[in-house]
Amino acid sequence: MSRADRVACEDVVMFVNAAIASTAQREFRSDAAAQRLSLGFLHEYVLGNYRDLYAATLALDVNDRNAALVVTNLLRTAREASAAQRAVEGRLIAARLRSLPPQRVYGVIRELRRLRINNRRTRAIVRDWVAARPDPAFDAIKYRRSLSVAARHAHLPLPGEVGTVLFDWRRPKRYETPILEAWRRAHYEQRALYELPYTVAEGLAAQHGIDRARFLTGIAPRLTDRERLRLQGTAARHRVESIAMDLATAPLTRLAIHVLSLPRPERARRRDELTGALQAAARRAARRQAGTWGRVVAVLDDSYSAAGSGVKRRRPLAVALATHYLLESLAADYTGLWLHHRGDPLLVHPIGATGLGTRIVDGLEHRPDRLVIVSDGWDNAPPGQAAEVLRVWRSRLDPHQATSVVHLNPVYDADTFDVRRLAAGVATVGVRDAEDVAALVELARFATGSAGFDELRHHLADRVERFLTPEGAAP
Amino acid sequence: MTNAGDGIDLTGLTAGPAQTWGAIRLVPLLRASPVTDLRLHARLYDPDELSVVHVEPRTAYVSYIPHSFVATWTTDATPAAAYGTQLRAPADTRAPSGIRLTFRRRLARREARQRLRFLPLHLALEGYLALQFGGPSIAWQEWTHHAVTCGLSPRVEAGYTGASIAGLDDALRVFEIHPDQCGMMLYAADALAAAFVVPHPDDYRALHPTLLQDLYGELLFHYAHLYPAVPEFSPRLDDTRVASIADLRAQLTRADADWKSFHAGLADGLLAAGRLTVTPVHRMGRFTLARFLPAFDLDTDNHIGETITDEAGRLAYLKTFRLSAAQTRRGHLLSQLAANDWDLDATAATLGADRNALVQRLDRAGFGHLLRPDIIDAWRRRTREPRTKPLARRGGTA
Repeated sequence: MSRADRVACEDVVMFVNAAIASTAQREFRSDAAAQRLSLGFLHEYVLGNYRDLYAATLALDVNDRNAALVVTNLLRTAREASAAQRAVEGRLIAARLRSLPPQRVYGVIRELRRLRINNRRTRAIVRDWVAARPDPAFDAIKYRRSLSVAARHAHLPLPGEVGTVLFDWRRPKRYETPILEAWRRAHYEQRALYELPYTVAEGLAAQHGIDRARFLTGIAPRLTDRERLRLQGTAARHRVESIAMDLATAPLTRLAIHVLSLPRPERARRRDELTGALQAAARRAARRQAGTWGRVVAVLDDSYSAAGSGVKRRRPLAVALATHYLLESLAADYTGLWLHHRGDPLLVHPIGATGLGTRIVDGLEHRPDRLVIVSDGWDNAPPGQAAEVLRVWRSRLDPHQATSVVHLNPVYDADTFDVRRLAAGVATVGVRDAEDVAALVELARFATGSAGFDELRHHLADRVERFLTPEGAAP
Repeated sequence: MTNAGDGIDLTGLTAGPAQTWGAIRLVPLLRASPVTDLRLHARLYDPDELSVVHVEPRTAYVSYIPHSFVATWTTDATPAAAYGTQLRAPADTRAPSGIRLTFRRRLARREARQRLRFLPLHLALEGYLALQFGGPSIAWQEWTHHAVTCGLSPRVEAGYTGASIAGLDDALRVFEIHPDQCGMMLYAADALAAAFVVPHPDDYRALHPTLLQDLYGELLFHYAHLYPAVPEFSPRLDDTRVASIADLRAQLTRADADWKSFHAGLADGLLAAGRLTVTPVHRMGRFTLARFLPAFDLDTDNHIGETITDEAGRLAYLKTFRLSAAQTRRGHLLSQLAANDWDLDATAATLGADRNALVQRLDRAGFGHLLRPDIIDAWRRRTREPRTKPLARRGGTA
């Protein structure tokens, strides 16, 4: 592999790692401004040098914030792309916008308006996306401001009363569309409130001075799954029974975050229920791959830095916990080793220094097929010991590479423009949701230089193909 | 009352693996068996909380108030300052004795510009300031009337709060506290800046953030600004000797031992501080609160501080403040003067200098106002002479 190719390969893998792990929010060791600045630079750099690959990352599991940023940047610099590139980018953007949550897409549209990007192609993309929304009247209520911005910016024709409710809402005495009528009435009538989406009703309930417990009871049937999960704590505080959910349907990492938000005595009390829910979520995430990974050992970081920051509370620890259950379901024979915690992983708690070295030796002693390390990469007791252990292991004890080692890092390091690495020869990949681990491990071989740039291009082309095919097959 | 001791006995405390952040190196002190019958009183920091942990069985539950700079523990929430650390029984619900503080706008403004006001709250610093506070014990004729009657009043020394030290807030925030950590050695550019020991890991956990509000010497402030980063200890395993997992473990054990000894070496700074002058301040139950002063040796680090020890001399609490070079000089001068009953000639002889040099040193150390003006003037005239004489002679020949 030529040097240029290796650099290109490293750059792209670095960018993908960052785009998966970083949300430009405050992390344990760097603040939000540093994260935003660093991430912004990385986007500019990859966009300028590898435009095709930059667009192709939309087909990977990059997080929503970075996907939105990629879309904005591609549209912003459209004139630098060739016609063929634009065609592929257009399809990628349309496909990704469809999979993004609507508030993110409305965010992109607001950003486009701020940047004064309003060419025919951008308007077409916005128009198609809005046209594909299942219920424009619902959007007009829930994303009221954003939809009106989109409509004005892209000159959208809005169907019937949706236009009226956005731009001339005082005039009609009543609306024909039920949800719009409910919204109109909810301004005067408390009962109509409970027919609206939760976020809209919440503001109006505050205006009406409705007691929180009563409001939550009334709105319970209208909650989305995520809102329901988020409100578990509030519901328990206000003793609202109707919000209590069956945790068995929540996605794995969110469930892990929820579990870690509970006090430890409660976790101990509800051990069977929570463990069952986590295992079920892990089985759903593993799907067909369950039990195919052979002997797996995981070294999981529960040091104090896994507490994350105020805005990403216990996220690294939650990723480690979720990975624990996921690997348990992926592996035929699984051992999970926490740095400090012994016993039930449900009671794990971020504490102490990160001494990965000795724990990795404990893991390697099992002679696993795979060693998975989940850590933020700050190996500090003593610093760099994990790297030494892995180096010696590779050179002296396992020269034939019978054990594959993967380091999953949930934290973006703003200073190095990448997730922090443990050792030179070890593949490090960024991770945000444990559900993606299986796909990320696939990507890991590009991080060590063992696979070439051509392979990376093929891999990305393949992912793009798979990403775009369903919509091509659809009528 | 006052007795001399050799350094500080850190028995029972072991230096743990350090963590570095920029120029700051934090070495945790770990205690295998914590002191459970002396606990910190959290009320100073949080009025709503009663105490940190209740320990059963309570043989002698003694709470004490760590020196706090400014805290709202008066009943009417006005700011007040404690007279240093105080030992208190748990049943004692009265407010700790303190002095009400009123802040003028100017002081607050100075603080905003990172100019630090001095709050004479530190028990040890108070001890240092009170060093030879009374002035000359014999009314030698060289001292002014003011010096003889009022002593050194008022003496002022300056320090920096932790908040103004570059990088210290981040270093403390990202430090991963060890489960049985009872203390911390704080190094700036690998110079020992402060040591802090508490009886119990829970207390440490509660008081860890207060390190940021503590008072630090000038050295830490300057070093933290001047040095971008300190080198990390990086272990190196000898891979030629590894043929099995057991060998690898042996190598790790060796690296760990190196690592520990590296830090034990670092922690030596305080232990080698030489002879300390320890003054017991308060005794309660089996615990003694004391403050100590160093030997004011100009060639070594000098730390003042306060300790709480039990009847066996085991350290329960320690807090130190590193004196700057100027502060050491002042302390040195004062202690030498006191040892010679403030006799200028005798002191000069002890210091191996003449009377003029001593007067010069006193004046430069900021104690000039204590000497009679004519003595200072005579010295100044004499120091001018060597420069003026050749000039005058040349003028005469021209």
